[in-house]
Amino acid sequence: MAQPRFRPLRVTAYTVCTAAGIGRAATLTALDQRLSGLTRNDFGPSPLATWIGRVPGLEQCALPAQWAEWECRNNRLAWCGLVADDFADAVAAARERYGAERIAVVIGTSTASIGASEDAYRRLDPDGRYPADLRRPIVHTPHSLGDFVQHALALRGIALTVATACSSSAKVFGQAERLIRVGLADAAVVGGVDTLCGSTLFGFNSLELIASERCRPFDVARHGINIGEAAGFALLERGAEAGAWLLGYGESSDAHHMSAPHPEGVGARRAVQDALESAQLTPASIDYINLHGTASLKNDEVEARLVADLFPSRTFASSTKGWTGHTLGAAGIVEAAISLIALDNGLLPGTLNTEQLDPACGPQIRRENEQRRVQRALSFSFGFGGSNCVLALGRGDVG
Amino acid sequence: MSALPRVAIEGVAFWHTRLPGWAVARAVICGEQDAPATSAPRPTPSLLAPTERRRAPDTVALALEVAARACEAANRPPAQLRSVFASTYGDLGISDYMCATLAGTPTLISPTKFHNSVHNAAAGYWTIGTSSHAPYTAISAYRYTFASAVLEAATQVACDGQPVVCVAFDVESTGPLGTVAPSRGLLGVALVLAPAHGESHRALTLRVEQGNAVDITAARSPAAPLVAENALAPCLPFFEVLAHSKPGNATLALSDHCLLHAQMS
Repeated sequence: MAQPRFRPLRVTAYTVCTAAGIGRAATLTALDQRLSGLTRNDFGPSPLATWIGRVPGLEQCALPAQWAEWECRNNRLAWCGLVADDFADAVAAARERYGAERIAVVIGTSTASIGASEDAYRRLDPDGRYPADLRRPIVHTPHSLGDFVQHALALRGIALTVATACSSSAKVFGQAERLIRVGLADAAVVGGVDTLCGSTLFGFNSLELIASERCRPFDVARHGINIGEAAGFALLERGAEAGAWLLGYGESSDAHHMSAPHPEGVGARRAVQDALESAQLTPASIDYINLHGTASLKNDEVEARLVADLFPSRTFASSTKGWTGHTLGAAGIVEAAISLIALDNGLLPGTLNTEQLDPACGPQIRRENEQRRVQRALSFSFGFGGSNCVLALGRGDVG
Repeated sequence: MSALPRVAIEGVAFWHTRLPGWAVARAVICGEQDAPATSAPRPTPSLLAPTERRRAPDTVALALEVAARACEAANRPPAQLRSVFASTYGDLGISDYMCATLAGTPTLISPTKFHNSVHNAAAGYWTIGTSSHAPYTAISAYRYTFASAVLEAATQVACDGQPVVCVAFDVESTGPLGTVAPSRGLLGVALVLAPAHGESHRALTLRVEQGNAVDITAARSPAAPLVAENALAPCLPFFEVLAHSKPGNATLALSDHCLLHAQMS
């Protein structure tokens, strides 16, 4: 039986909330004026000496009462994202067009609401049981996020959570595209949310990957990552007449190490090539690349060499982690959204905080912003467990 | 609502603490033998280097065992297969360790436990152990985890025309987390799905429909009480059909409002 061919999908609505801004307009302003969202770490009872990308005010925004079962920091940030840029209204309109059962929810996260479980362990009752307010099973599963998003948007179709560490909310685009391609859905809500929690702050600290200063992606003297939190969503549709494009994607595995990238970037290279092939693009046609650029020693070294090898010098490549921090399972959607903002506004963000680029960087990797009309972008996401995903996004005519 | 093209079930694997392997699980499901009286020790993840075998978390040992057995049954080299890994809760033992350590001495978190705490740890070790650069995914969908995994695997077969190994697993919960995320014993299952050619394998046709819990197939075999307390227990009706040689159907819940009808030839 012949396989249904990949065809580009429209991105008919999207939004992003990070420490650098809530919604697209605030994000554009922060990018344009080079205003970082990073602040000194003040998260949790015994904060490590580092910088974080903390979304202000989440402590004060309880979920609406009907969603009390899903209450936790991660779902609060998800809600913040759903109402930003009228995203939920765009989904409601799509629900009218297609029916609630024909819109899939495919959402990425690395730690979901583990912060609620961490909180419970700090407040166990004398018998070692969870405090009464946290005896809500759904928030103690990885699917807490996908389940909340489906209920909050009143959707009744397929719903699942993808958790492949830092590639999670890039891979959701691929999984949703496949569901639409085979006819199991007409549209899909994709995206991701990760929030600050002890597991990631102290976990990355144990691996000696946390920077005590502001992160400096691709800097010769970079010292590691800053962890950030973020929510982002996009609505994918096949039949729509307007919107940006998901032109293609590539996914691969490193088969190398649980917490370090392949030294020659074998998996990353394959994901780039597969993304270009599915989008029917060549490296020369790529205007902008939003790099993974975590500011970890190894990631940036491998990624810099990959970009220098594969792309022409006119391709503008940068990491936006200096604005947002590394938002882990949300990084894929955050950087896809920033790529779409770049395409929409002709603003190419440079690399914030970086003073002297590593000599491994080619001319593609830029520090300063640039204003330029662009049509084709790639967004790179590489995660623990060697999971790689590259998205190809575009504006204008395709084919 | 909508159906996927027929796919071939080329390989099946099953491992539970009291039903260690598909041969014994099938015999118990069909009432041909009693379950072993004692629990089996957890499987050895022989794909990993000897030093890593001992340190591997239960989730990794279990997932690698069933993934490898399903590929063997299908006679497919694992390195070439795409993979879908799914778990309701991931590694509950490591989550308990992380939460307990963070509550007391957060700066003493073990780096190995941390990188093994990611939901895609089993998938990562699988691709390392098999030297596979093929894409994997790692998903979770609460009670609907197995149904979501088999649907994603069959969707990939329909899109790419290539075989996919689909792996689902859940382990025993420990500590306070167990009171809100209960799961007992180890239960892992795997399928190799491929484009359907001819009649040499059983075929699987999946259909998604609106519906609710009253319509789902109940597990009825002698294996049901043994696995009932594992979080992955909702997969059992699917394997009860596969255990018998005649055609059959199983209806699983796919989300709060969707059902997955699985028709097996």
